[in-house]
Amino acid sequence: MRAIKRREFLTGAALATGSALFTSRIAFAGSATRPRFVFVILRGALDGLTAVPPYADPNYARLRGEVAIAAPGASGGALRLDGLFGLHPSLAFLSECFTAEELVVFHAMASPYRERSHFDGQDVLENGCARAHAVQTGWINRALAALPPEPSARRGELGIALGQNVPLVMRGPAPVASWSPSHLAALDEDTLQRIADLYSTDPVLSQRLADALSTESAADTSASEAMLGAGEENSPAQLLARRNEPKARGGAPYKEIIHATASFLKSADGPRVAVFDAMGWDTHANEGGALGQLAARLAGLDAGLRTLKEDLGPVWRDTVVMIATEFGRTAAVNGTRGTDHGTAAAAFLVGGAVHGGRVIADWPGLSDHALYQGRDLAPTMNMHAALKGVLADHLAVPTRALDTAVFPDSAGVKPLQGLVRA
Amino acid sequence: MDEPALAAAIAANRFGLGARPGELARMGSDARGWLTAQLNGGAPRLQGSELRSSADILSQALELRRERRDARAGGSAPNADAAVVMKIAQLYRPVYVDETSARIREALTTDRPFIERLTYFWTNHFAVSVDKVAVLGLAGSFEREAIRPHVLGNFTDLLLASTRHPAMLLYLDNQVSVGPNSLLAQRAARRASERRFGINENLAREILELQTLGVAGGYTQADVTSFAQVITGWSIGAENLGHLTSGVPGQFVFRPEMHEPGAQLILGKRYAQDGAEQGVAVLRDLAQRPAAANFIATKLARHFIADEPPPQAVAHLARVFHDSSGDLPSVYRALIGLKECWAQALAKFKTPGEYIISSLRGLQIPQNYADKARTSFALLGQRIYAPGSPAGWPDRSADWDGSSAVMKRIEWADALGQKIGAHQDAAQLAPQWLGAGMSAATHTSVARAASGAQALTLLLSAPEFMRR
Repeated sequence: MRAIKRREFLTGAALATGSALFTSRIAFAGSATRPRFVFVILRGALDGLTAVPPYADPNYARLRGEVAIAAPGASGGALRLDGLFGLHPSLAFLSECFTAEELVVFHAMASPYRERSHFDGQDVLENGCARAHAVQTGWINRALAALPPEPSARRGELGIALGQNVPLVMRGPAPVASWSPSHLAALDEDTLQRIADLYSTDPVLSQRLADALSTESAADTSASEAMLGAGEENSPAQLLARRNEPKARGGAPYKEIIHATASFLKSADGPRVAVFDAMGWDTHANEGGALGQLAARLAGLDAGLRTLKEDLGPVWRDTVVMIATEFGRTAAVNGTRGTDHGTAAAAFLVGGAVHGGRVIADWPGLSDHALYQGRDLAPTMNMHAALKGVLADHLAVPTRALDTAVFPDSAGVKPLQGLVRA
Repeated sequence: MDEPALAAAIAANRFGLGARPGELARMGSDARGWLTAQLNGGAPRLQGSELRSSADILSQALELRRERRDARAGGSAPNADAAVVMKIAQLYRPVYVDETSARIREALTTDRPFIERLTYFWTNHFAVSVDKVAVLGLAGSFEREAIRPHVLGNFTDLLLASTRHPAMLLYLDNQVSVGPNSLLAQRAARRASERRFGINENLAREILELQTLGVAGGYTQADVTSFAQVITGWSIGAENLGHLTSGVPGQFVFRPEMHEPGAQLILGKRYAQDGAEQGVAVLRDLAQRPAAANFIATKLARHFIADEPPPQAVAHLARVFHDSSGDLPSVYRALIGLKECWAQALAKFKTPGEYIISSLRGLQIPQNYADKARTSFALLGQRIYAPGSPAGWPDRSADWDGSSAVMKRIEWADALGQKIGAHQDAAQLAPQWLGAGMSAATHTSVARAASGAQALTLLLSAPEFMRR
């Protein structure tokens, strides 16, 4: 069985190279109460006014015209959250989570970024600073670095990026892994050993190889656990078995990422924090309303989150998922039935560990004088406050680290309390 | 180390597409001369009778959409929308295959690899992405029609050609952007039409931010809005919008009735020209601004020198760019002349595309392999013409050297080794690829491999072959 062989190789490699390539680990049995955190980046700027329509705001229908989401109860209407806000009708799973008090919806929220470049906006969303390109590391990695070492985590890797490469939010001093579905056969052990030797004087490549093997081994481990256990449907082994199935454009690979995220987070000695991207939110033209382009994207996101919950099983209870975007979009529809780059947006905190069933928003309104620079939803809540609250209460990141290293110079930004179940 | 020999390895790998056997020897001790000679003569055009013009392809797609409208008007086909999207994808997919195959064939055999690299650089600078189906059939012709003719020309011409190309107009939604006071908008208002016309600022913003001045280039939201109004009416022939069907199908057309009338203020300068001339004037000025020179110089230096390029190298390139009014061969010559380009060997981690091309060039893979090679790009994370955003592919090591990416590269190398390694002599190829840049460890590892397959896998996985 390949899984076992690869694990033997890891041990052998550690002995053979005598280096720090592969350090030994202690297998801890069941640690079901470890908190898990997932950060989902919606790249391209999600339109918060369609995802979370303020259907009762007197200016909403005027600004959005034919693509405004109707009030709850109407055909194609919003899924009611409260007397002002609803969820887009595509977000059925999130609506169920709201009812189950496992979803917090934030609105009129923004990172500190106030310009309208996707790429700088994403940089600020990930770097945790007040401006773009301030540092080359991300706030999640720095939060992981501030946690006490955890003996149960394989090689101390607490974080994993689902994708071939590690996004900025996950880069930094703490060791992290990346994983993406492979469509290639694995190497034989001898060749791998020779490559490891060839990389022994190359610090970057030897680290990458060690991380990759460790992650692969973690996937194999949870796969064999799954086979011995309750026969879960979405183990990495089964992921591999499905690798040759035809893939719908954009759809199936995203699903694979979701399945893999759950597999890694369920593993007893696997990572506790996962990051992945969802693309395609830059709706400049023909955005649609209750139906259409954005509606389809939201439905895909919602279905992915439902799969994540199903795959995680009992671990969902210990999980918090934050879903955020770099900035919002213009309050009014543009000349091409879409929306241009804006400022404040909506964000979601969902999971079994979330103290939910609430919309948290200091709603600025959509009247002309309330709009930021006369065009965008005005930001009234700092995203860092929510993130600090989650990191403190859920992952127990020390306050001092949050105020200085994780979100530099942010002592003035008070963490939002009570987002996570006590 | 032998300096001229090392320079040859740098020229072939950092500035070229990886050495074909014999290339380093032909270069001899004149690596710089090998590069500058490639700048002479017109830029190469891709060969292939199967390659069609964007206007030809696009007019066929527009015809399909017209059929949909007719079907809808007749009320006969409720699924007409889905059907036409599928038909357009069916039309575009083989075009994409032909275009990418021709591009790979050129890369595998060209004796002017530096020009090919520069072409890729500019295609990535003026990025369109085929994950938007509307440009799936146009990305290849965009590169052939808008980029290649100007790679050895002037930056201003490159910018104008890119902005006017249907692929760019469609990718950033400008073909339907309408001035709020244009004739079309006024007519609609008079008829109390439900359709509201207005601008879409997507293309205007990305030209400022990603193609000319850079995000810190000193423009404001007001400049973006004004510029978007300036380029209203820059559209595509026979694109139907409010029953406007003027122009040659599939070609750039300026539509006066969509254009916002009047003067516009951009970066403190007033533009009072009529019609399309207004946009041309703005683009010409943007290309000449010091911020653009600095932005382009930084990107070039990052691509060819190091992730964080030396400031003096950037400053020199920017000065040459500015003083020559964007004459690109002058800038390339300045680049080759920079000592920094030759000092830090292997400062860049190859992108997946660079890695694949250099492997296949080095192995002199037969041309009919190009079709199969296309899927390798997607497998290793860089599907051709699909950077996913108008910013293009990123250009720093950390964007490409994730653990999963490195592992995939090794697995791909192994698959290639298994497939053809038995018929190759990797120990003999290694010095032809890496020249004086080959490490003793790689030499030994390849020489001592247990099989031809393993030897090739090891050579393809070597640290100095992963980088350039």
